[in-house]
Amino acid sequence: MVTLTVNGKQIQAPKGSTILEACRLNGIEVPTLCYDPDLRLAGSCRMCLVEVKGRPLFLASCVAPAENGMVVETESTDIVEARRVVLELLAARHDFNCQTCEKNGDCKFQDYCYQYGVKESRFTDGGRHVYPIDDPNPFIERDYNKCVMCTRCVRACEDITNARAINVENRGHKAKIATAFDGDLADSPCVFCGQCVMVCPVGALTSKVSAGKGRAYEVEKVVTTCTYCGTGCTLELNVKDNKVVGVTSNRSEEYSPVNKGALCVKGRFGWDFIHSSDRLTTPLIKENGEFREASWDEALDLVATRLQAIKEDSGPDSMAVFTSARITNEENYLAQKFTRAVLGTNNVDHCARL
Amino acid sequence: MTNSIGELEKDATGIFVIGSNTTENHPVIGMKIKKNVLKNGAKLIVADPRRTDLADLADVYMAHLPGTDVALVNGMMNVIINEGLADKEFIANCTEGYEAMAEVVAKYTPEYVEKITTVPAQDIRKAARIYAEAEAAAICYAMGLTQHSTGTDNVKSVCNLAMLTGNIGRPGTGVDPLRGQNNVQGACDMGGLPVTYPAYQAVTNDAVREKFEKAWGVSLSPNNGLTLTDTINKAYEGQMKALVVIGENPMMSDPDLHHVEEALEKLDFLVVQDIFLTETAKYADVVLPGATFAEKDGTFSNTERRVQRVRKAIDPVGGARPDWQIICDLATRMGYPMQYNSPEEIFEEMKALTPSYAGMSYARLEGRGLQWPCPNADHPGTPFLHKDGKFSRGKGAFSAIEFKEPRENPDEEYPLILTTGRSLFHYHTGTMTRRSSALDAHKPEAELEINPALAAKMGIQNGEKVKLSTRRGSLEIKANVTDILAENVVFMTFHYHEAAANWLTNADSLDPVAKIPEYKVCAARLDKI
Repeated sequence: MVTLTVNGKQIQAPKGSTILEACRLNGIEVPTLCYDPDLRLAGSCRMCLVEVKGRPLFLASCVAPAENGMVVETESTDIVEARRVVLELLAARHDFNCQTCEKNGDCKFQDYCYQYGVKESRFTDGGRHVYPIDDPNPFIERDYNKCVMCTRCVRACEDITNARAINVENRGHKAKIATAFDGDLADSPCVFCGQCVMVCPVGALTSKVSAGKGRAYEVEKVVTTCTYCGTGCTLELNVKDNKVVGVTSNRSEEYSPVNKGALCVKGRFGWDFIHSSDRLTTPLIKENGEFREASWDEALDLVATRLQAIKEDSGPDSMAVFTSARITNEENYLAQKFTRAVLGTNNVDHCARL
Repeated sequence: MTNSIGELEKDATGIFVIGSNTTENHPVIGMKIKKNVLKNGAKLIVADPRRTDLADLADVYMAHLPGTDVALVNGMMNVIINEGLADKEFIANCTEGYEAMAEVVAKYTPEYVEKITTVPAQDIRKAARIYAEAEAAAICYAMGLTQHSTGTDNVKSVCNLAMLTGNIGRPGTGVDPLRGQNNVQGACDMGGLPVTYPAYQAVTNDAVREKFEKAWGVSLSPNNGLTLTDTINKAYEGQMKALVVIGENPMMSDPDLHHVEEALEKLDFLVVQDIFLTETAKYADVVLPGATFAEKDGTFSNTERRVQRVRKAIDPVGGARPDWQIICDLATRMGYPMQYNSPEEIFEEMKALTPSYAGMSYARLEGRGLQWPCPNADHPGTPFLHKDGKFSRGKGAFSAIEFKEPRENPDEEYPLILTTGRSLFHYHTGTMTRRSSALDAHKPEAELEINPALAAKMGIQNGEKVKLSTRRGSLEIKANVTDILAENVVFMTFHYHEAAANWLTNADSLDPVAKIPEYKVCAARLDKI
C-alpha cells in the first residue's frame, strides 16, 4: 500500500495505483474524459490534472503513479483554472448543439462545461472544423464536429473488439478520428459492434437506430440477456413509454459476467424487430385457406379440442411438439411437460441440430 | 462447453478452432480469442474450408475439404503419438480405449491425410505440435463440425484429441461447442429432447420416469420420442397427425424444404406459436401470437452452462401473450390444470426435478448467474467440468474412428460442394434480423461465395445473378466472388427466404446417431443465367 495526502486528507491505495485510482478508491472524484478503466491509458485529455507539491508541472492523474508521501490537490484554484482552459481548448472543436444532441443529459463534456462554467471557447480564431456527417452505414452516426479527441473509440476498437478499424489521422488541431484513408466504416475492418458508441463520452458517436427515440434521462434501463447467439451477453433494454427505444451495455463484471459490456452488431443494433409492424398481435384461425383474426378463447378452445380428438383417434404418438431454443427455460420446461404429461408422448424436440 | 468463455481470453495458451466462424457467429467470444492471441500471444490453429477472420490471425490455418474433419483430427493425433507428445500419465490414469484408437490412427499419417483433406502434411504436423505442446489448449467448435453425416464421429474425434494431450479438466483447456442460439443449451437442459427429461434423465429409465410421474401426477410414456428431423419424415409418410411448433421455423431451417412443405401439408392439424407470421406459420391451422424476450421474465442458459435472468422490460405487444401462459392455458383446457403465477414458480418446480439446477433460485441468479452443475443452495456453480480428469462416466472413453466420406459427393453433373452457414449481420432464419431495420438495410440480399478461379472459368462477374442447383432444386442468387474458399466449394447463408438455402439441402443425409442434417456438404452445380 502507498499512503498519500489528497486535499488535506490522508488516503491509502494499493502499490502501483495511479493518483486517479487512489482518489476514486477513496471516494474523491476527479473529472476525466479520456480515461476508461477497461482501456489502455492515453493521458491525453488533461481533464484529470492535479497539483502535486514539489512538482513544477500539473500531473495527469490518470497516468501518474501514486507515491508514498505525495501531497496532492485536486480542486485548488490553479487546478480549476487549468481545467477551464483545457475545456476551452476542447470546446474549440466541439459543436455546442446540445438541444438536438442524442447525448444531451448523458454527456461528460456537457457536465464539465456546466460544472466549470465554460460557455464558449476563446480559441476558435480560425473557426471550428466543419466535418461532413455522411457515413452511410445504418448503425453508427459519426459526427466529428462533437469529437473531443479522447480516443476512447480507437482504444475500444483495438482493446475490446480487436478490429482496429479506426485511428487518429493528422496531428494537432487537424487531428481527427478516421478509418484508413478516411473512408466509410463499411469499407474498413469495422464490425459495427458499437463498442465505440459505448465508450464515447460525447455525442460524436451515437446509434442511428435509437436516434430521436429518447434521451438517457427519459429511459428506464432493464438489465437482461441477449436473444441472439448462445454467448449470453448481458445488455440493457432502454424503455420509454412501454417501448424499447435502444440497447446499452452494463459494463460491470458483477452484472455482465460474460461480456463486460461488449456486444456485437445484432445485440446492440438489432432490437427494433420487437416493435415491427409485422408482429402478430392476435390469434389467427385458417378458414378456407385464409387466415382470420380470432379471440384467444376461440383459438385456444379450437387447439385444445382438435389435439384432444387426435389424441383419442390416432394416439399420443401421432402428435409432436417442436419447442424452441429462443424461449426461456421455464417455457421449455412447460413445453416438454405439456408434451409428456398432457399429449402423452415423448415426441418433443427443438432446433439444436439446425 | 466443458469450460468457460472467460478462459478463452486469458487461461488458454493454445486454441484450436474447427468448424466455427467465431467472429461472425459468436462475435463476443471471437473478440476474446483475438485479444488472447494479439495481447497475450496465445497460439491459434484454425481448421475451416473458408478462410475466416480468425484464420487470418492463426499460426496455422488448415483449409480442409468440407466433410474431412475425422481424417484431419486423426492426422493430428497420428503426429502427436508418433512424436511422443501424448500425455501418457493422463491416458493411463483417466482414460480407457487408447489402444484401439491408436491402432486406427496409425494409418492416418500426415501424407495420407493430405490426400483426403488437401491440407499440406507439414501444416498438420505444425498444428499437432502447437496443440500438444501448449500449456493449456482449448478446442472450440460449432456447426461446422457437427452438421455432417459423421457429426457424432467428428465430435468424438476432437474429444479424443483433448484426452490424448490431457487438455481437459483445467482452466483454459476443454472441448467447447459454441452453441448457436440464446437458449439452445437451456432447451436441451430442460428436456426439450425426445429421449430425456430435464437434466438429461432418460425417459426409458424406470426410476426416473416414476419420479416424474409422481411429480406430475400422470403416467408417462416409456418410449423414446422422435427427433425433429424424424418427426418431419414421419409427417411426410403421413403418419403424423398433429404438430405444435413453438418459436421454430422448419420451413426455413430444416433440410430440403420441398420435403418439409409436403410433410406440413400432410398434417391434419398444425399449430404455430410465434412472434411473426413465419414461413412455417403460413402452413398453420391456428397461429398463436407469442411474446419476445423483452416482454417476459425467465432465464436463458448460455453456451458455458451459465443460467442468467431474462427480465420483462415492456408489456407484450398488442394481444400477444408470453409463451408460458399460452402453454398453461392449453394444458388447462385439455383437462390438465397448469397454474403458475410467475415464471419463478415454474423455475421452483423445475429445479426440484433437475439435479444440475437444484441449487439455483432467482435470488441467487441475480448478478452473475450460476453455471451448472449447481446441486445445492450452497454450491458456487461449476466453471469447468471434469476436474482432475474425472469424467461423468468414470474414465474418459477414447473412440476408434475411421474417416467416412460425406453422403453426397460432387460428380460430373453436380461438380461443386455447397456448404451453408450464417453471417454476422443476420441470425438463423432471419425472422428477427430481417425485421431489424439497420441489419436488413446493411445486408438485404443473399449472396453465394464463389472462388475467383471458378468465376473466371464460368465468366461470372462479382454481383451477377447466378443459378445454383442441387438434386433437390435450384435458386437464383447474387455472386460474391471471393478467394476465402477453394475453387470447388461454394458457400451461402440460410437467412433469406427469397433465396432459402434449404430448398437445396439434403434431407436424406443425417448423422445416424444425432440425426443432424449434413448442411456442410452437398453436391451442387452453378450455371450462368
